Amino acid sequence: MLTREEVLKLGKLSRIALSEAEVEKFQKNLDTILGYVDELKKVDTEGLKEVNQVTGLINVQRPDEAVAAENREEILAQAPETKDGYFKVKAIL
Amino acid sequence: MADLFEFIELTELRKLLDTKKVSSTELTKFFLQRIKDLDKDYNAYVTVTEQEALKDAKAADDYIASPGENPFLCGIPYASKDLFCTKGIRTTASSKILDNYLPPHDATVTKKLKEHKSVLLGKTNLDEFAHGSSTETSAYGPSKNPWDNSRIPGGSSGGSTAAVAAGLAPWATATETGGSIRQPASLCGLSGWKPTYGRVSRYGIIAMGSSLDSPGAVANSVEDLAHLAEIMSGQDVKDSTTGPVPVPAYSKQLSADMRGVKIGVPKEYFVEGMEDGVKQRVMEAIEEYRKMGARIQEVSLPNTKYGSLVYAIVCPSEVASNLMRYDGIRYGHSTKEGGSLLETYEKSRAEGFGDEAKRRILTGTYVLSAGYYDAYYKKAQKVRSLIINEFQEVFKRVDILACPSSPNVAIKLGGAKDNPLFGYIADQLNIPGSLAGLPALSIPCGFARPSDGDTPSMDGLPVGLQIIGPQWGEQQVFNAGYAYQQATDWHKKHPTV
Repeated sequence: MLTREEVLKLGKLSRIALSEAEVEKFQKNLDTILGYVDELKKVDTEGLKEVNQVTGLINVQRPDEAVAAENREEILAQAPETKDGYFKVKAIL
Repeated sequence: MADLFEFIELTELRKLLDTKKVSSTELTKFFLQRIKDLDKDYNAYVTVTEQEALKDAKAADDYIASPGENPFLCGIPYASKDLFCTKGIRTTASSKILDNYLPPHDATVTKKLKEHKSVLLGKTNLDEFAHGSSTETSAYGPSKNPWDNSRIPGGSSGGSTAAVAAGLAPWATATETGGSIRQPASLCGLSGWKPTYGRVSRYGIIAMGSSLDSPGAVANSVEDLAHLAEIMSGQDVKDSTTGPVPVPAYSKQLSADMRGVKIGVPKEYFVEGMEDGVKQRVMEAIEEYRKMGARIQEVSLPNTKYGSLVYAIVCPSEVASNLMRYDGIRYGHSTKEGGSLLETYEKSRAEGFGDEAKRRILTGTYVLSAGYYDAYYKKAQKVRSLIINEFQEVFKRVDILACPSSPNVAIKLGGAKDNPLFGYIADQLNIPGSLAGLPALSIPCGFARPSDGDTPSMDGLPVGLQIIGPQWGEQQVFNAGYAYQQATDWHKKHPTV
């Protein structure tokens, strides 16, 4: 089973504050899930390449043309805080 | 007039609208009234868009009154899974983190449906971010199965299937990542189409597993789905995974002639623990195809059993990555508690995400992290190639595959809730096809008694037949579904609501 510290570290990496009760629950849940997928280790995949997509498409591109965004107001209206037409972020320095 | 429209097929609605036997406004009011009267029993909708619907219906009526042909969906109401962005209309993904989100744009599918002058009735419930197979992970409570509202409708598109099965919409959009259309369509007794990956644009649909996400539809017949597929499909500059493959006129090319069609029956899809009634109904459906002149042969797909295991790694990995965008800065829930930038992220996400979303994010973060990536993610993607190769081999010998959509009929609400593996196990018969990006249908093929206690439904509960086709093989899949629905009337059975 993952240790308490390991689960807390996953919380840090994924930017989710976890409560004590959650740490305990996810320790158990992740153990169940990792146990479930363990059987994959036995599958012979010698010489196989991993698949990252199924379409077979390569470098699909569209013309690089600037288009006006006409929904600036709507986009900004979704943010909790804006200033002078920008998203407002907490000070990081 | 009442009772006439709730289970009507789209092809029929088109005729009624074109011949002015009914107006879009009348139809829209009819469905809005049913939602008001009945949705408290099913919780199919998260948001009902009454005002917008009546306005759109009026516009459609004006269009119909003007000379010229009407687009197929003109004036026809529909419901949209609350994962499709609808400009200016609340889109939640059934998550508290998007509780008040008003998208500044339409999904490509939403846009196409608007261009057809469809009428949006509302947004349907789903498992939070589509993570689940019962709608029980929704932040807005589970939807209920219209055949027996003590049971799950399936998921994640369970709000869409509950809405259509209860006659609260004539069709609905849905999405699949691994079974989220086929399984709920099966459990609610509907026809559901999971497209070839890349057939329908993902743009503007809240992302779950980007290498798997396939937007599709649920309706009352395969013929309706063929029409919808024509409208929803096609290459989109805003989604570089949509293929340049032309979109055939699926509905015009529908053929019920099954003579000589080679149907493979994969023996691994009749899994241990499958309900007997489900197996019997599916075998009877396959027998029906034999009577129609199809050539049935048993085939073997030995890596089927690894599908859900691969998915249990690949899906959370992609989820963890896709859900990083919810940061409490640009849109979505932002914590009211002050603090540093890091604390804002951590608290906004802790408050906004439900249990299953957190579980998948943590799982994905674990299997992608340094030291574990090769053992989990890379290994899973190698096994995925085994599954793809196996399908490619089998489609050299058969035209389509026929098998069950789900190992069981709808289970009781609550049965899924505390099992972190439920979604992976419930969808084990759908996931291998999803990993390979294949098109598929689930169509109703009869009823069976549940194995977990009785049901008040006199008929028992719906069983779904799954048809899987080769990549881009939508037409073969639709033809097989259409042929079955010409020969049987299971798709015309509806619950008493």
